[in-house]
Amino acid sequence: MTLLSVQELSKRFGGLQAIDRVSFSVPQGAIKALIGPNGAGKTTLFNLISGVLEQDSGCITFDGKPVHGLRPHQIAAKGIVRTFQHIRLFPNMTALENVMIGRHIHSRAGFVSGMLSLPFTRKEEKAIARKGREVMDFLGIADLADADATSLAYGQQRIVELGRALACEPRLLLLDEPAAGLNMRETAEMAALIGRIRKLGITVFLVEHDMSLVMNISDEVLVLSYGQKIAEDRPLAIQKNSEVIKVYLGEDDASN
Amino acid sequence: MRGRFIQILVFAALVVAIQLLTKVTDSSYHLIQLTMTAYYSLLIIGLCMLIGYAGQISLGHAGFFCIGGYVAAFLTTHDLAPYKANYFVSVLARSGILTVRPGLYGGDLLTVQPWASCLIAILTALAIAWIVGGPVLKLKGHYLAMATLGFGIIIYRIVLGTTALGAADGISDVPPLRVLPGVDISGSMSARVMNYYVAWGLVIAGVFLLLNLIHSRAGRALSAIHGAEDAAEAMGIPTARYKLNTFVLSAVFAAIAGVLLTHYNGGIGPSEASVMKSVRYVAIVAIGGMANLWGSLFMSLILNYLSLRGYFGTYDDAIFGSILILIMLFAPDGLLRRSVIGDLKLLISGDVKEDGV
Amino acid sequence: MNIDLFFQYVVAGITYGTIYAIVAIGFNIIYNATGIINFAQGEFVMLGGMTAVTLHSFIPVPAAIVAAVVVTTVVGALIEILFIRWLYKPSVLRMIIITIGISILIRETALHIWGEGVRALPYFSGSSVSALNFWGVFISPQVIWVVGIGAVVVALLNIFFNYTILGRQMRACSYNRDAARLCGINAKNVVTFSFMLSAAIGALGGSIVSPITYVQYDSGTPLAIKGFTVAVLGGLGNSTAAVAAGMILGILESFSIAVLPAAYKDAIAILILLGILFVRPSGIFGTTEAARLKEF
Repeated sequence: MTLLSVQELSKRFGGLQAIDRVSFSVPQGAIKALIGPNGAGKTTLFNLISGVLEQDSGCITFDGKPVHGLRPHQIAAKGIVRTFQHIRLFPNMTALENVMIGRHIHSRAGFVSGMLSLPFTRKEEKAIARKGREVMDFLGIADLADADATSLAYGQQRIVELGRALACEPRLLLLDEPAAGLNMRETAEMAALIGRIRKLGITVFLVEHDMSLVMNISDEVLVLSYGQKIAEDRPLAIQKNSEVIKVYLGEDDASN
Repeated sequence: MRGRFIQILVFAALVVAIQLLTKVTDSSYHLIQLTMTAYYSLLIIGLCMLIGYAGQISLGHAGFFCIGGYVAAFLTTHDLAPYKANYFVSVLARSGILTVRPGLYGGDLLTVQPWASCLIAILTALAIAWIVGGPVLKLKGHYLAMATLGFGIIIYRIVLGTTALGAADGISDVPPLRVLPGVDISGSMSARVMNYYVAWGLVIAGVFLLLNLIHSRAGRALSAIHGAEDAAEAMGIPTARYKLNTFVLSAVFAAIAGVLLTHYNGGIGPSEASVMKSVRYVAIVAIGGMANLWGSLFMSLILNYLSLRGYFGTYDDAIFGSILILIMLFAPDGLLRRSVIGDLKLLISGDVKEDGV
Repeated sequence: MNIDLFFQYVVAGITYGTIYAIVAIGFNIIYNATGIINFAQGEFVMLGGMTAVTLHSFIPVPAAIVAAVVVTTVVGALIEILFIRWLYKPSVLRMIIITIGISILIRETALHIWGEGVRALPYFSGSSVSALNFWGVFISPQVIWVVGIGAVVVALLNIFFNYTILGRQMRACSYNRDAARLCGINAKNVVTFSFMLSAAIGALGGSIVSPITYVQYDSGTPLAIKGFTVAVLGGLGNSTAAVAAGMILGILESFSIAVLPAAYKDAIAILILLGILFVRPSGIFGTTEAARLKEF
């Protein structure tokens, strides 16, 4: 069953056609990777899906319903949650508080009820904190809960950001270069975590440059170059695809 | 939660201690400036929420103070007697919203009841904040600063240039505001102590509400918006709505301060809307530690009191200007920023964690 | 309204528009070099005017103006060196508050030096009642001075930024500071120079317009707001557009007294500012891409 469907999506920035009539789909329960040389438009595509940018034309359908044109917070409420290429943790909060933000769409205490500290808000806060700890436990970072988020090591921050996204209970998780800046051991741990996330029933769509990670865990790979879709297939087929090789390595290697 | 109650109790004790001090040293006239300081502090803590927690600058908050104060002043001093024949006016009069009271020059005035005018003033400020806040908060950085500055100046020009609002002289002869039977907000000498406690009681109530807000889901969302707005939005927080809510909340606090201080002083003048007042409020929040409610409150207590007592003389504005510069140059997170207090706490408790997270 | 009154409004609008444009250009120069909005820009204008008037009691007008410009330029340099130079990646909010604080300090110092009175230089040629006749429209010679000197300043700045090495260095810094530094341009000095240049231009403007508008210790702030309005109206960073935008604001303000009570005249600029910020923050002549380029 298709969870995310992108059709004829286009986005232009002045003279640059960043995304050029791209169409693809992400099946439910799959792990799909988005690869391509630098400047191919990968982060732009993420920004279009998550609502940060508005597309010029084309449509994005999630679970059968259109989501293009919605504001980012509405898209998150629908079940599409993302992480960021350059870690965007909240600097003035602990790791646990960061993860608790992920529970925002699943809670309802507002300004007035917050100011009056009504009983239901206090119960809700306890539930939020408990769920936050559960998520951190699942990811193996429960001991970092009370640490100042931005003082953690880079690899730990990546996992905290992942926890924050998981706390939203997403149906589709967009991971923007989850292994960027991680060493080999951390990358392997990240791959394992993504595998466990898939077992929870969450569909994963990730951008990544680390080919070993991509080839190991993905069910399907989408290749972009200069804003256009070059290929969409299973990992092994992508490795042999001459168009893909040409785009990454140049003309001569493709013909070899 | 318990920590919050203890903090409030300590502060309440401080308030009582100060009053007893003035009684013992026979200087109860100080209570006047202290009471005025309380009302200004109400504005300050609301502004602290906006600047420190939601991360939005407002250089025009004196405008909301004046909207509250001037609407209340106008309604309680404007004589409706000439319009007694008017249908709408007579309906109001019969429903008890209007009241008759002696005017300055003899004769009776038909004006709006202080309570009703108070409500109308606050609702007016709320409505204006709601309408203005939407487009204004879409702006960022210096555009936001300039837009709020512009808003404050428009209010200033309006109150300064409109004869019905007293122009340069402002509005005076504002009657007391009855809070409870026997408890009036007024400048009368005999009620000085009572007014002092009413004012600071309201401040404590305000602090209590805001502390609750800070430690609630909404407060956490505001911190997120301040820390990384795009990430907050991506996590499902409707950032525009939250910023607007905080803006309106801080405007309401400012308007309430304006209404109450106007009734306490018996009047209001256009200088309350001046740019320097707005800048002063921002300076106090900045030096208090931006995202530090208690810090802003203490700084408000000290600086407003000293300024009102005249200790700064003609250098009043220069001092607040210098404070702004010095704080922003050397301690941009304020003097009492969280890390300083955190370090002090560690020092006192002697509880040093093992390194090796 | 008859045709004479119409042209009087136009002339008044152009006169004030020139001074607003000069303040706006001052904003743009510093903004282009640093990305900072210098809230104290209006105070440079005030200082120039006040200093020139004080010095005029000792030396003739042209010398007084030159000296006032020099003094204000030094003040501009000092401000940059003392308060701005050593900040490391300051946030926008911090810079706003610092420059507001600086503007307050300058204003309060001016109050304590010169008191509350208004001052003005004498008319450069003729007197306050002399008037030149241009096809039936009577224009004070001072207006010719203001517009004339203003035009010369804009032309010189154009030449400076496009044809001199230092000017090109400043433009390079505004496009890409790190790349400029890699080319050997001393970015810190460029910043200091931008403050000096803005101060000089502001001071010149304040001096030449003082016979018509008078200066006092607090003339700076309203000028800063109107200058900022004009800068945003034309597109922040675009000084050629600032000239046109200045004329627009000056004329709109001038004609507003025909329809509104004079007390609200100052509010016109703010309404325009709010309007442009809400509707089109990149300015009438700006596009979002040009805004990024920060062209002169």
